[in-house]
Amino acid sequence: MTRRDLRRALKRTGLYAAALGFMLFAGFPFYWMLITAFKQNRDLYVGASDLSHVPWIFNDPPTLEHVRLLFGQTDFPRWVLNTLVVVVAVVAITVAVAVPAGYSLARLAGRWGERMGMGIFFTYLIPPTLLFVPFSRLISLLGLQNSLGSLILIYPTMTIPFCTWLVMGFLRSVPWEIEEQAMIDGYSRLAVILRVAPRLIVPGILTVIVFTFTLVMQEFVYALTFISSVEKMTVSLGVPIALVRGDVYHWGALMAAALFTSIPLAVVYNLFIDRFIQGFTMGAVKG
Amino acid sequence: MAGVEIRNLRKHFAELHAVDGVDLSIRDGEFLVLLGSSGSGKTTLLRMIAGLERPTSGEIHIGGERVDGDVPPRARGIAMVFQSYALYPHRTVFQNIAFPLEAVRTPRQQIEEKVRWAAEMFSISRYLDRYPRQLSGGERQRVALCRALVRDPKVFLLDEPLANLDAKLRNTARDDLKRLQRRIQTTTVYVTHDQVEAMGLGDRIVVMERGKVRQVGTPQDVYEDPVDTFVATFVGQPPMNLLDLRDPSLPPGTLLGFRPEHFLPRSGFGPGEDVRGFRFSVRRVEYLGSDRYVYGSVSESDTPDATVIAKLPGTIALAIPEGETHEFAVPRRALRYFDAATGLRRRL
Amino acid sequence: MMRRRTLADREDVLGVALLAPALGYVILLVGVPFVLAIALSFSNATAGSLRFGWAGLRNYAAILADPVFLRALRNSAVVTVGSQVLVVVLATAAAQVFRATFRGKRLARLVLLLPWAVPVSLAAIAWTWIFDSTFSVINWTLKAAGLLHGWLYWLGEPALALVAIIIVQAWRILPFATVIVLAGLSSIPQEIVEAAIVDGAGFWRRLFQIELPLLLPVVTVAVLFGVVYTATDLGVVYILTGGGPANTTHVLPTLAFQRGILGADLGQGAAIAVFLLPFLVVVAVTMLRLARRAEVGAR
Repeated sequence: MTRRDLRRALKRTGLYAAALGFMLFAGFPFYWMLITAFKQNRDLYVGASDLSHVPWIFNDPPTLEHVRLLFGQTDFPRWVLNTLVVVVAVVAITVAVAVPAGYSLARLAGRWGERMGMGIFFTYLIPPTLLFVPFSRLISLLGLQNSLGSLILIYPTMTIPFCTWLVMGFLRSVPWEIEEQAMIDGYSRLAVILRVAPRLIVPGILTVIVFTFTLVMQEFVYALTFISSVEKMTVSLGVPIALVRGDVYHWGALMAAALFTSIPLAVVYNLFIDRFIQGFTMGAVKG
Repeated sequence: MAGVEIRNLRKHFAELHAVDGVDLSIRDGEFLVLLGSSGSGKTTLLRMIAGLERPTSGEIHIGGERVDGDVPPRARGIAMVFQSYALYPHRTVFQNIAFPLEAVRTPRQQIEEKVRWAAEMFSISRYLDRYPRQLSGGERQRVALCRALVRDPKVFLLDEPLANLDAKLRNTARDDLKRLQRRIQTTTVYVTHDQVEAMGLGDRIVVMERGKVRQVGTPQDVYEDPVDTFVATFVGQPPMNLLDLRDPSLPPGTLLGFRPEHFLPRSGFGPGEDVRGFRFSVRRVEYLGSDRYVYGSVSESDTPDATVIAKLPGTIALAIPEGETHEFAVPRRALRYFDAATGLRRRL
Repeated sequence: MMRRRTLADREDVLGVALLAPALGYVILLVGVPFVLAIALSFSNATAGSLRFGWAGLRNYAAILADPVFLRALRNSAVVTVGSQVLVVVLATAAAQVFRATFRGKRLARLVLLLPWAVPVSLAAIAWTWIFDSTFSVINWTLKAAGLLHGWLYWLGEPALALVAIIIVQAWRILPFATVIVLAGLSSIPQEIVEAAIVDGAGFWRRLFQIELPLLLPVVTVAVLFGVVYTATDLGVVYILTGGGPANTTHVLPTLAFQRGILGADLGQGAAIAVFLLPFLVVVAVTMLRLARRAEVGAR
C-alpha cells in the first residue's frame, strides 16, 4: 500500500467513524425508546449499579405487555383522536388563511409585498412562552378553557405566519407568465386566482399541510396552559403529563407512546425537510 | 383588426425609467419589431400594451379606443406569446388551445371546430391529447401560437417567442411566423434582441435604448440610414466602422462611418468608381467559410489603434497576408457622417 | 366598446381582500396579546378575578429582588449559549461529514433528523428515563467502561442538571442546524471551491478561508433560530427537572409558567416572560440585517 492509499483509507475510516458518532448521538434516545417499549419489567427495572446486567440488550425475550397497556388501559387512543381533530381543524384554517395571503404578497402586493411578508414572518419568532400569560386570560374570557377549541383558535397564530411566508417563497419560484397568459386569454384576476392559480400552488399547499401537521403534533406549551383534564389532552401533552400514575412512571408504555408518535413524524419530515429549510434560509441562501 | 397608437408613454420603477416617453404609431396589419438589448424597455412597452403593467403616464389606443387606464388585459382584444410559452402544464394541448375560448363561453361544438382548424394550420393535430411536458420546444412554441390565434385577436404581441429554440429550428420558425402573419394580416408587435430576427421579420423596426426610441423605419432604413451612432453600431454584424479622421475637407468633430462589407480591396473597384481610399494595416484575418473578416487599423485615423473591420465575401479570392499594409477603399455613396459629440447623423 | 375594469380585475382590492384574514389573525391574536403581555407585567392581575389594576414597576421590583428569578435568568443564558456553542461546532462538523458520499448515507441522514421530528415533550420524557437516578444507562455504561467510580445523580444536582439540559437542547437543535449549514454548503458555487483547489488550497485552508466565511450568513440563521428555540423553550426543563431541585434549574419560561399560570399571578408571570424580549430583539435585528444584505447582494 502506498502512502497515498493509506491516507485515503484513514480518511474514509474517519468519515465513517464521524458519521457513526453523529448517528449514535442523534439516534440513541430512539434506540432507548425501542428497547424500553418491548422489554419485560424484570429486565427493565434493574439498577444501573448492577454491572452484570447489560441494559443495552434484551436479556429476556421481548414483550408486547407495555403496548397492550398503552392502548388498552390508558387514554392514549383518546389523545390520538383529540390530536387528529385539532390537526384537521388547524390545517383547514391555516390553508384557508395563509395560502391566499401568500398569494397576495407574492403576486398582488407589488413592491411592499416582500417587506410585509418579512413582517408577518417575524411574528413567528414571538414565542408561546411570551404569549401564554395573556392567552390564558383571553381563553378564559372566551370560555374556551379546557377545550380543544382553545387549541384550534390559538395554533394558527404559529402556523399562519410561517406558512404565509412559505407560500410566498414558493410562488416566487413559479413563473408569473402562466397567470398573465390567462389574463390575456380572457380571464379576470379573480378568475385566475380561482381557476388557474390553485393548480400551480398544489406543492406549496402540501408543504403547508405537512408543516401544520408536524407543528400541532409537537406543540406543548399552549396545551399545557389551556388543557387540564386528561380526556381533553393531545398526545404531546398527555404522554409526558398524564401517563404518570401518581409517582409511578410506566416507562415501558411511555416509551412505546413516544416511539409510535415519532415514527410517522420522522417519515413525513424526511420527505419535506428541504421545503422547510427553504423557508428558514430564504434570504441567507441564494437560489 | 386595428392599429395601435402610443403617446408619450412612460413607466417608472422608482428611479428606473424603464420606458421614458415613447411615441409610436403601429399601422393596421403591420408587423412591427421592437429591437433592443436587455434593459432597453422593449418588453415593458409590450407589457403595457398588453395591460400587464400600468403606465406611469401617457396613452395607449388600440383600434382607436383608449385602453391604458381602465381596460383589463382580457378586454383589449389581444393575444400574447411569451418567451417561455406559458402553457398550462396540467392541461392537454387541446385544453390549452381551448382555454381562451372557454373564457368567452364559446359553445362546445364551436370550440372543437376552432381548435381543430387552428391545430391543422400549425400541423400539431397529432399532439392534441398530449401534455406540454411531452412536447419538444418547437412543438410547444407552435401550441402557444395556436392558442394565440384562436382568439381572433386585433393585435398579436410576441415576446421573444423564438429565443428558446435552437438555431436550426429558429430559421424555419421565423419563416412560418412571417408567412402566417402575411396570411392573416393581423397587427403584430414582436419583441426581440436579435437583429437578424428583427431584419428578417419586421415591416418596420423600432430600435430602443434605455427606455427611448432611437429610430423607427424599415429594415433597409435602419441598416442603411441609421440616425445615430448607437443604431449604426447596434444593427449589423460586425458593426459599422466609425473613424475619427484628420481630414480638413470634413467639418471638425465629424465621425466617418461605413459598413465592413463596403470596405474592400481597392483593386476590386473599377477606375471610374467614386471611392475613398485607405491604407489598411492588417493585424489578423478570420476565415469564416462564406466570408473573411479582416481586422486592422487605418493610418488616416486620429486614433490609429482603433480597430477597423472589413468583411470580404468568399468570392474575393485575393490573398491578404497578416502584418502588411494594403490599399483598401469605400465607395463614397456608402459613407455616413456623424457628429462626434452627440452621435447624431450629419448630412454633408 | 371595450369592457372596463371590474372589481375582479382590481389587483389592489383583491390583494387586500386575500391578505386581510391573515393580517387580522396575526394582529388580533399575536399583536394584541403581545402588547397585553407587556401591559400585564405592569399590572396586579390574577387569574382568579377580572380585576386589572396598575402596579407600576412593582412586579419588576419583586422579581429582581428574587434569587430564584436571578438564577433562572442566569440559567437561561447559560443553557442558550452553552447549547448553541455545542450546536455550531457539531453542526459544522456534521455538515462536512454529510456532504461526502458514503454507503448508508440515506439511513444516517434519516437517523440524524429524528430528534427534530419528535415532539419536544416526548423527547424530554425519553431523556428523563435515560437520566433516571436509579436506572440511568449512561451511568451503567460509564461504570462498565471504568470511567465512573461514584454515582451521577443527573437530574438531582443543579450543575449536572444544567449539563443534562444543555445536552438535550443541543441534541434537539443539531439536526435543524446541520441541515441549514448543508443547504448553505450546497449553495456555494462549485467553481469557487474548485478554483481554490486549483490554487493549491488544502482542506483546512479551504474550510477556514473560503467555506466558513461564505457560510457565515447561513450559520447565523441557524444560530438565531437555535437561540429562539432554546431560550423560549418550556418543555425540556419542565419535564426534565420541573425547575428542581429546589428551584435551582428554572429557566425564564418555566418560572413564568410556575408564577403566572400555576401560581395565578399573571402580572409577575408576564414580567418574567418579558425578559425573553432581549433575546428576540437581537435575533430580529440580525435577521433584518441579513435580509437587507441579501437584497443588496442580489442586485
